[in-house]
Amino acid sequence: MEQQRESAELGMWLFLITEIMFFGGMFCAYMVYRYMYPMAWEAGSEQMDFWFGTINTVVLICSSLTMALAVRSAQVGQRKALVILLIITMLFGCVFMGIKGVEYYGHWTEHQFPGPNFQFAGPDAQHVQIFFFLYWAMTGLHALHMLIGIIVVGFIAYWSWRGKYGADYYNPVENTGLYWHFVDMVWIYLYPLLYLISHKHAG
Amino acid sequence: MSAHIATKKLYVGIWAALMVLTVVTATVSRIDLGAASAAVALIIATTKALLVVLFFMGVKYVSQKMTIVVIVSGVFFLGILLVLSMADYGSRAFK
Repeated sequence: MEQQRESAELGMWLFLITEIMFFGGMFCAYMVYRYMYPMAWEAGSEQMDFWFGTINTVVLICSSLTMALAVRSAQVGQRKALVILLIITMLFGCVFMGIKGVEYYGHWTEHQFPGPNFQFAGPDAQHVQIFFFLYWAMTGLHALHMLIGIIVVGFIAYWSWRGKYGADYYNPVENTGLYWHFVDMVWIYLYPLLYLISHKHAG
Repeated sequence: MSAHIATKKLYVGIWAALMVLTVVTATVSRIDLGAASAAVALIIATTKALLVVLFFMGVKYVSQKMTIVVIVSGVFFLGILLVLSMADYGSRAFK
């Protein structure tokens, strides 16, 4: 059984490596364009809402704690704590998505979505548009992962409640935890790279 | 042999460290450090990522060495992607 658990863990990490490369391509594009247009990156970052970004970072760190504790509850066979912690993790995920939605709505109405409706008053508008393209692409892909994560945690919570997992079998709980922490980790990088570039940021 | 079970205290400690580092990076970002600000932000982010990987994701307690090989090689691939891309674009100014 232990060997099976280790194999499942190894398989999950292989999947996460493909995810690292998936996000890595975007981080690479971010790096090259930031190197080329540093001023546009500062100007774009000043349009970000510091508090939305910071609060969402805190929300995700809290969700990672409840997820880690959920996996621990599964390991020691505490079914009730496992279900409750998974539900709290989902709620944190929903709070994150809610804040992100409000933020997206603001950027949308401010004409900060790249395309024909994009408007930017300052100089270098075309390069600021690249910043916003990467902002939407990177946070959008991250938000999609969050959405999938919330749904998966929901299924795991249901099956936990049905008593499917315990101290002798909890691979799905553990691997869902790995996925959740990975998505949290992507945000740990997105937060300073998108919100904290300019020291003149508002808030 | 079964999986390592970390204490609740450890997880709460890691959570507290992540919160402190978030406040540090948010506070430092308001100071004009010039070119160093990106480096400082990335060092803090990487410290946070390491805390997540080692403790929340339990890599510190992984018993199967193959898993470590996979993780290290994955990070290495990412390094190749980022370093070689930057070596290209960064050197285009030299003619």
